[in-house]
Amino acid sequence: MKLEVQGRAAYAYTGGKAFAVDGPCVVFIHGALNDHSVWTLLARWVAHHGHRVLAVDQPGHGRSEGPPLASVEALADWVLALMEAAGVDRAHLVGHSMGSLIALEAAARAPARASSLVMAGTAYPMKVSEALLATARDDPARAIAMVNAFSHSSLASKPSYPGPGAWLRGGSSALMHRIQSDADGNLFEHDFRICDAYAGGVEAAERVTCPTHLVVGTRDVMTPAKATKELAGMLNAAVTRIVSGHALMQEAPDAVLNAIRQAIKA
Amino acid sequence: MPGPSDPSFDTLALHAGAAPDPATGARATPLHLSTSFVFESSEHAASLFNMERAGHVYSRISNPTTAVFEERVAALEGGIGAIATASGQAALHLAIVTIAGAGSHIVASSALYGGSHNLLAYTLSRFGIETTFVRPRDIDGWRAAIRPNTRLLLGESLGNPGLDVLDIPRVSAIAHEAGVPLLVDATFTTPWLQQPFKLGADLVFHSATKFLSGHGTVVGGVLVDSGRFDWERSGRFPELTAPYAGFHDMVFTEESTVGAFLLRARREGLRDFGACMSPHTAWLILQGLETLPLRMERHVANARKVARFLASHPLVAQVGYPELESHPDHALAQALLPRGCGSVFSFDLRGSRAQGVAFIEALQLFSHLANVGDCRSLVIHPASTTHFRMDDAALAAAGIGAGTIRLSIGLEDADDLIADLKAALKAAERAAA
Repeated sequence: MKLEVQGRAAYAYTGGKAFAVDGPCVVFIHGALNDHSVWTLLARWVAHHGHRVLAVDQPGHGRSEGPPLASVEALADWVLALMEAAGVDRAHLVGHSMGSLIALEAAARAPARASSLVMAGTAYPMKVSEALLATARDDPARAIAMVNAFSHSSLASKPSYPGPGAWLRGGSSALMHRIQSDADGNLFEHDFRICDAYAGGVEAAERVTCPTHLVVGTRDVMTPAKATKELAGMLNAAVTRIVSGHALMQEAPDAVLNAIRQAIKA
Repeated sequence: MPGPSDPSFDTLALHAGAAPDPATGARATPLHLSTSFVFESSEHAASLFNMERAGHVYSRISNPTTAVFEERVAALEGGIGAIATASGQAALHLAIVTIAGAGSHIVASSALYGGSHNLLAYTLSRFGIETTFVRPRDIDGWRAAIRPNTRLLLGESLGNPGLDVLDIPRVSAIAHEAGVPLLVDATFTTPWLQQPFKLGADLVFHSATKFLSGHGTVVGGVLVDSGRFDWERSGRFPELTAPYAGFHDMVFTEESTVGAFLLRARREGLRDFGACMSPHTAWLILQGLETLPLRMERHVANARKVARFLASHPLVAQVGYPELESHPDHALAQALLPRGCGSVFSFDLRGSRAQGVAFIEALQLFSHLANVGDCRSLVIHPASTTHFRMDDAALAAAGIGAGTIRLSIGLEDADDLIADLKAALKAAERAAA
C-alpha cells in the first residue's frame, strides 16, 4: 500500500490483503538494510487472522522514498505518522534489531497508540563495533558479508524462508545488496550509525506503558541474549527464547510467529 | 572470513542445507519418500496453503530431501535458492515459462546443447515464444538481437560442441542495459569451476544428471536464482510485478523483494507443469554433490593430460579445449575459468567417417554413449550418431567434422585413459587402408 508520510511516498505491505478501514493493527518494522520482505510470512498470517498489517519500508529503504531519516527518534515519529496516514490510532508495534529500537521509541513517544511492543533480535544499547562501522564505511560489500555471516546460526534452518529450497544466507545477502544499491549513499553505514548512536532507550523504557515482549535468539551474536537482560527488566517484559541466530524471522519463522501471537493475543 | 560462520565451498558441498535429523539423529540426509506431509491442524493446513507459514505439503511442490539438494546447490552457486526439476530440460523450461509467454522473445547462443536448441527453435515457437540465435562470441550480435518483447538472454558457460566460452560479464551487461536477465546453463562447468552469478549472470540452471551427480544413475535438473535481477525496475515482467489471479492476486515482488522469481516458479511452475524431481533422485545427487570439489579437480586434471596427449598426436587435426592456446577463447577462459575448462571436449581425427567409427569401436575404457559428466569416461562420434543424417557439408556448417569425436573425461587413471586412446588411434590409422 502506498501512503504519503511527512510529505514523501511511503510503502507498507499489508499481508496479502487489502487494508481494512478498521480493526486491530500490527505494525512490523524491519532492521538495518532490510525491507518489509523480512516479515512477509508472519505478516500474511497475522493479516489472515483478524488483524490489519502494515509492514513498512523505512524511508530510503525498498519502496519508500528517501532520504533515510537521521535517528531512531525521527524514525519513531515517522512510524507514528505512517499509522496516522493509514488511519490507525493504535497498533501492536513489532520491530527487529534496529526496528526494535524504533518500535520502543514509538511506544514511548505515544504510549496510548501502542497496544503492545514486541522487540525481536534486540539489545540496548545497540552499540556497533568501531571495526564494523569502519568496514561499513570503507567496504560495504565486505561489511554485508560479515553481518550476514554473524546473523545466521546454522547452515540448515528448516523449513527455510520464505519456503523450502531457499538458501537463507544468500537471500539475506541479496536483500542487503539490493537495498544498498538502490539507496542514495551508504545506507548500511547510515543504519548502523543510527543503532550505535541511539541513547534514549532507558528514558523510553520508563515511558512505555503497554505490555512488552522480547524475542531473543539463543545463538544471536549480533544482539546477544545477555544484552537484553537489563532492557527486559526495565520494560518488565516477557521474554521468549528461540533457538536461532539474529535472523530470527528467517531461521525460526514459526517460533517468532508463536511469540507474536502471544503478544497480540491472536 | 572462512570458518563456521562463513564456510567455504568445500564445506558447503557437505553441509549446506543439511543438519542432523532432529527426529532420529541421523547424520546423513534422510530420504523422505513421502508424497505428502501431515498437517498439525486445519489452521496449520490453511496457513501453509496461503503462504503464511513455510513447510511441506506435497512433494511435487517441495520435499524435505529435495529441499536439502536445492539449498545446497543454491549455496554452492552463491544464489538465494533453487528449484529441483525432473531434468535439465525441465529446469530450462521452468525458467522460461516463469517469465515468458506467447509473444515473448529470447536471445540465445547458437552454441547450445541440441535438446535446448530443439526446445527453443521448434517447440516453444509453437507456443508463441520466439528465439533469435547469435554466435556466442558475437557481442554486438547479442545487443542487436534484443527486441522490445525480449525477456531473456541465454547461453552455456561452455558452449556445445566447440566449448565456446560465454563472456558472461559482457553478455550480462548487455542484458542488464536492456532490462532483461541472463540465464546460464552451467552444466559443463559446475559451480566449482565457475560461479556465473559472480560474473553477472542472474539465473543458472544445470542438468544435474551430469557432474553434480557424477555417478550416471539419475536424471535431474536444478534452477538457481541469484536474487539480483530487479524485476520491478525492468518493467518487462508483469508475471512477477502484477497481481497473479492464480494465487490470490499475489504480487510476487511484494512478497519477496529478491525471491519473486523462485516464488512464482514454484507456486505456478511446479504446481501446474509438475516437472518436479523425485526425492530419491535428489538423495542420490546429494551423494555426488558431497564430493563435487574432489571430483572436479580430478576431472580437470585428467582432461588436461588427455587434451595435451591428443594435441600432440599426428592423427589428431585439432583439439577444441579452451585451455590450449589454439582455442579461440583461450584468453577468455584464462580470465573466466581459472580453475579449468571442465572435462568435456571434442577433437577432430584426420581421415574419414569410417576411421572415426573404427576409433570409437576400438576403445575399451571409454563408453560409447550419449551422456557427459559421468565418473566414467565417455565418448561419442557425432557424425555416426547424433548427427548421422547430415552429409559432410552440413556437418561442417554445424562445426562438426566427419572425424569429430566428443569425449567426457572421467575419474580413471589418466595414463590408462591415454593408453586406451592410443590403441584406438592405431585402430583408426589401420582403418584408413
